[in-house]
Amino acid sequence: MLIMPLWKRTIIVLIALWGIAAAMPNLFYAQVEGHNDAQAIADQGGVADPAALAAWPSFLPSSLMNLGLDLRGGAHLLAEVHVADAYAQRMDSLWPEVRDVLRDVRDQSGAIKRVASTPDVLRVEISNAEGMQAALTAVRGLANAVTTLTGAGQSDLDIKSEGNVIVLQLSDAEKSATDVRTLQQSLEIIRRRVDEVGTREPTIQRQGNDRILIQVPGLGSAAELKAIIGTTAKLTFNPVVNITSNASADPGPRNKLVPDITGDGTYYVIEETPVVGGEDLTDAQPAFDQNGQPAVNFRFNPSGGRAFGDYTGENIGKPFAIVLDDQVISAPTIQAHITGGSGIITGNFTIEESTQLAVLLRAGALPAKMTFLEERTIGPELGADSIAAGRTAAIIGMIAVVVYMIACYGIFGVIANIALAINIALLLAVLSTIGATMTLPGIAGIVLTMGMAVDANVLIYERIREELREGKPPARAIELGFERAFSSIMDSNVTAIITAIIMFWIGSGPVRGFALSLGIGIFTSMFTAVYVTRLIITLWLNARRPARIIV
Amino acid sequence: MAWRLRLVPEKTNIDFFKAQYVTFGASVLAMILTVISLLVFGLNFGVDFKGGTTIRTESTQVVEVGEYRAAMADLGLGDITITEVFDPSFRADQHVAMIRIEAQEGDEVVTPEVIAKVETSLQVIDPSITFPSVESVGPKVSSELIWSALLAVVAGSVGILIYVWVRFEWQFAVGTVAALIHDVVVTVGVFSLLGLKFDLTIVAALLTILGYSVNDTVVIFDRLRENLARYKTMPLREMMNRTANETLSRTIMTASTTLISLIILFIFGGDVIRGFVFAMLFGVIVGTYSTLYVAKNIVLMIGLDRSDKPNNGGNHEFANVDA
Repeated sequence: MLIMPLWKRTIIVLIALWGIAAAMPNLFYAQVEGHNDAQAIADQGGVADPAALAAWPSFLPSSLMNLGLDLRGGAHLLAEVHVADAYAQRMDSLWPEVRDVLRDVRDQSGAIKRVASTPDVLRVEISNAEGMQAALTAVRGLANAVTTLTGAGQSDLDIKSEGNVIVLQLSDAEKSATDVRTLQQSLEIIRRRVDEVGTREPTIQRQGNDRILIQVPGLGSAAELKAIIGTTAKLTFNPVVNITSNASADPGPRNKLVPDITGDGTYYVIEETPVVGGEDLTDAQPAFDQNGQPAVNFRFNPSGGRAFGDYTGENIGKPFAIVLDDQVISAPTIQAHITGGSGIITGNFTIEESTQLAVLLRAGALPAKMTFLEERTIGPELGADSIAAGRTAAIIGMIAVVVYMIACYGIFGVIANIALAINIALLLAVLSTIGATMTLPGIAGIVLTMGMAVDANVLIYERIREELREGKPPARAIELGFERAFSSIMDSNVTAIITAIIMFWIGSGPVRGFALSLGIGIFTSMFTAVYVTRLIITLWLNARRPARIIV
Repeated sequence: MAWRLRLVPEKTNIDFFKAQYVTFGASVLAMILTVISLLVFGLNFGVDFKGGTTIRTESTQVVEVGEYRAAMADLGLGDITITEVFDPSFRADQHVAMIRIEAQEGDEVVTPEVIAKVETSLQVIDPSITFPSVESVGPKVSSELIWSALLAVVAGSVGILIYVWVRFEWQFAVGTVAALIHDVVVTVGVFSLLGLKFDLTIVAALLTILGYSVNDTVVIFDRLRENLARYKTMPLREMMNRTANETLSRTIMTASTTLISLIILFIFGGDVIRGFVFAMLFGVIVGTYSTLYVAKNIVLMIGLDRSDKPNNGGNHEFANVDA
């Protein structure tokens, strides 16, 4: 039926109007972006620039497409988190507990000793092998149930004996639970660090089981980004046992040898167990010491402050080391009992270094090391060039298709062009509303959609021509044309949708952006070709009532 | 009588099977040549697939590839490729080059120090040089990207195979997928033969070619299905010709509008996506050819079971949907 009910017509018109309205902000990108930024500041209670706020009326839609890194410029990193690092830490912290429980069964197990092993396995030797059963029972008391969904009911520790050695390691269920935790912590800390630097709209996503994707628009280079997120920033305060210049000195049991950060050949033997760690910090700010040298002020939480106060009270006159990522930043001598829970880290910092250290300390230490598998930096100028090129191509492409369609189909070509314009508006509107990220291949997808969007119209028009050739009256020919072409349109678009979905599902980066604009473009083009074109043709037919038509 | 641009006359009667052995032979030959080219030349994989680093340089001075090479010779970076980039949209004093450094040892990407060294040594010979983009992919990720790209192409084909099978007959599905494989393989062959850079965006282009080609083929099959129901006794060969001629106008129309968009994108879209657009351009042309000369021919070779099936008619579910 050519005549459409009023409600159907209304919905079609409303959708088309919404598309045009919601696509419009993208034409005035700079103004709208300024307005949105100012609005965000105002919403948070800040003072917004009134000029920026007034640049775009608030009652109009203001959702924009995000510009991808290739268009805006910025840095992209793919990091792999060494989740297994966390296993070693767990084993290290488990050792004192194991020692304590074995002490209770000492009369059966005899003397105990931690023996060398791979970092993720804890091996404890007992001198009396007959006491193994008692020792194992005691150690098993340390195991807890795993609390994840998949690992429920399993123990978090694998405990077995090899001769007179107790072998402890994390169970597989606990390992995967630890992996998830480590990755989440890393994500959180990276997010905090990037936020501290204050760039707009960073993307920080988990990828797979042990990877994190970080995209920061507007940042100068991936190297800069790596400097911010790549350091572990594990800060500890350790008692100093000895100072030496021998790089291979034997630190002795439960001590370790760490170099001075300046690399001047000084080595410190420090106790492995820190007095206080970075996790007890509540704040860190760049500052200057009494000599005007850049330094970092810090403050402990109450328990950290107490531990620090107790230690300094008991050890006046002795040196202690401030250790960052296994390097000694400074090793001052304790002058007095420090009770306030705050202090200052001095060292040979530049102002930038002290600022960065403060940022890292505030954000906290990464739970595991990271390596970088992929890094890309795109300069903002290249992005601007790409946008300009994409825009030129889109405009010229649009004009060419418009002219071509009119040349081929006359008034029906004009109708197809109106549908095409609405189609592009709708596509941009949907992409803006869902906050999609527009990339260069995405622009190519839109330009390609323009070419392919007319396909549905072409199918319909060719079919109408055929019906007219068979001598059908205009209205009947148009009706049959729509009806018979619909099956082809449907089949061809479903197959295109299949490829778009697969591209989005499997692909990454540029492929995804392309798949998204292609997929949405298919839906919008079906809507405009079938409904919008039909509505306009119906209106035109009813107004003119032509005796014969030429398509 | 209003004037209309007609690329195809109103009524055509082309025998698409006239030279069926020549066209089929040409297609098979093109695919064999692709395999040979892949074996002999391989593909010029971009950093996405091979690992390594590309640095884009931009300068107001003319690019002297030899000088660039000499400046980086002492850095011990292994194989370095330098290509100058030209584009009509560049300003007169805008000289762009791409420097490609092979993957270094280990899983990681090139360190910032290495990139900084490259940048400083180039700044010595050309103070005005800037580095609009630096991309570095570690070997671990790149091998994964190859697999996921292959998987994408295979999964795409399988998805289409299943859909065509369900909606039409299995012979049609075989013909469609044969045409798809033909298009993708020949496009890859051209990239191999010309030594064009093959990266992730080219895979996206290949997938789009899949989508386009299947679109084209399905429209003809759709029509064929309709005709099968209408003319029950017409020989298959004649009916296929009739179908192809009936839809020829649409096939050419759609190909030409898509080609117009692509040619414009190729000229004005900038050098960054030129490889991508080239793949699409070539793919659309091959896709149109394969629609007319590969897909149907395969169905004809397999033959169709034309015993009366209720499902075979034109009055399937979509035909009566009130749009």
